[in-house]
Amino acid sequence: MDFALSEEQQMIVDSTRAFVEQELYPHEEEVERTDHIRPELFAQIAQKALDMGFYAANMPEEIGGGGLDAVSLTLFERELGRANFGLQYAVARPSNILRACRGEQIDRYLLPTIRGEKIDCLAMTEPGAGSDIRSMTCRAIRDGDDYVITGTKHFISHADVSDFVILFAASGVEQTARGPKNKITSFLVDMGTPGFQVKPGYKSVSHRGYHNCILEFDQCRVPTSNILGEADKGFDVANEWLGATRLQVAGMCIGRAQRAFELACDWAATRKQFGKTIGKNQGVSFKLADMIVDIEAAELLTLKAAWMLDQGTARDQDFAMAKLFATEMLARVSDEAIQIFGGMGLMADLPLERIWRDARVERIWDGTSEIQRHIISRALLRPLEN
Amino acid sequence: MKVLVPVKRVIDANIKVRVKADQSGVETNNVKMAMNPFCEIAVEEAIRMRESGSAEEVIVVAAGTTQAQETLRTGLAMGADRAILIETDVALEPLSVAKLLKAVVDKEDPGIVLMGKQAIDGDNNQTGQMLAALLDWPQGAFASKIENNDGTLRVVREVDAGLETLSMSLPAVLTVDLRLNDPRYASLPNIMKAKRKPLDTVTPADLNVDVTPRVMVVKVDEPPARDAGIIVADVTELVDKLRNEAKVI
Repeated sequence: MDFALSEEQQMIVDSTRAFVEQELYPHEEEVERTDHIRPELFAQIAQKALDMGFYAANMPEEIGGGGLDAVSLTLFERELGRANFGLQYAVARPSNILRACRGEQIDRYLLPTIRGEKIDCLAMTEPGAGSDIRSMTCRAIRDGDDYVITGTKHFISHADVSDFVILFAASGVEQTARGPKNKITSFLVDMGTPGFQVKPGYKSVSHRGYHNCILEFDQCRVPTSNILGEADKGFDVANEWLGATRLQVAGMCIGRAQRAFELACDWAATRKQFGKTIGKNQGVSFKLADMIVDIEAAELLTLKAAWMLDQGTARDQDFAMAKLFATEMLARVSDEAIQIFGGMGLMADLPLERIWRDARVERIWDGTSEIQRHIISRALLRPLEN
Repeated sequence: MKVLVPVKRVIDANIKVRVKADQSGVETNNVKMAMNPFCEIAVEEAIRMRESGSAEEVIVVAAGTTQAQETLRTGLAMGADRAILIETDVALEPLSVAKLLKAVVDKEDPGIVLMGKQAIDGDNNQTGQMLAALLDWPQGAFASKIENNDGTLRVVREVDAGLETLSMSLPAVLTVDLRLNDPRYASLPNIMKAKRKPLDTVTPADLNVDVTPRVMVVKVDEPPARDAGIIVADVTELVDKLRNEAKVI
């Protein structure tokens, strides 16, 4: 086994870290305070990312992306994860699912997202369909060469800055071993299509400057040529391309935890109380030991899953284990980092309270911790059951 | 014109350096290494010269262990065209490095050798000046501004009294100071390209240079901790202490 990073991977890490520290950190205070990223700032970061070749780093080199393998990409995500989420989002990684684009969809949707001309967002969740995503009620009914879509999506991340949505809607019902279930179709729908409205979502405790939206479809006509993948096969497309986004979540949690840890470690080594640095107390130093073990374990699990993806051997449960452990690790580490700082850790002058707030969503989105445990345990038990 | 940029692999500037338990040197095991910051500035300046058309090729060269390749790759990822590694396990002294570089210069015939004024590990600040002497070339040390006007260099250098401007003909050795430029970080495409750029390896023997050390390190110690300062009540007390205790005035 070789745990060393390659020269390129080390350079990617160093270069991304420099980008994050020089281009993103200086704007964090403003974004946290205003919960808003000025469009010109967003454009400026996106342009720098394009110049640096960081933009669409997840996409293959042949179509203009960064062409990073899964391990390098996870390291890249780790570094971006250190910064405010909204700011790092300006360094777009278009949804992998766009690789399912065919024919003229490639020129209209896939390539513009890589060139930074269009931004995509993805809509599955509904008020009545969260983890039970297949129970969605947003309907797509075939009418000639069109589908007519009606329904509501919510918690749709960054739809406010997007140019089109990758929409999942119920396009019929099929009988399965576990009763009737919705058939799902995935569509590419442009913002501004008649019958489609984007409304502001809810104010979230996590990720200031990065907003969720509500999407309302009322008799919105979308041509069949805008189906991503095949009709009624939306989940097949999703399963093929979206599993690895859990590695992205895991990677970002590790970067954020490392930043919190570095602050806490410095503080423990320099802050003096009762005539000595607080790190001289095992009540503090043992916390640091537990935190670094937690971070390293999450990193190993995540990079292993990424490595398996590169080898073509990764399974759903590998991504689930990485996502589950890394997101829960971030909750523990950010909480303890604040404990080491005491009152100062809660103040907006440090990034810690932000990291602690941001940690909360990670155990919920992209599959809750409970869904990840379900995936892991199902993989354990199914082969043994009849 | 070719620009030759010697670069050195050192302990990362952000790392707190520790003396080894046996006091034989500083701990480098499992310590993050990086390109010497002054060398980064030199690489950046050389790339800018090529981008502005006053240079055609940027060659980075390092002398050291196999691991120094990483530093050369960093230079290539920043934009240098090719690299030369002078591979040796010997702990090199500035004069040895200068002799090795002279041999490379004799072979490559660059118009400018552009290098850091010093490396942040040894802080010797000798190699550039020694190289200029060995080559019998003009030198501009501590450059904070470099202009190339058709083969005549105008070099602004930072000296104790302020800024000094020199004019010199090519070829020349220049060592760069902190304020010359802000080095770029490597772009993703350039990082990917770096692996495909040529990196030649030679040995000191190939270059006919004897690098046997002439200086022996007896012991390495951490600098003594500084005593805390004191706050004086007024100027009279300050002057008194400077005169009678510190005896500096």
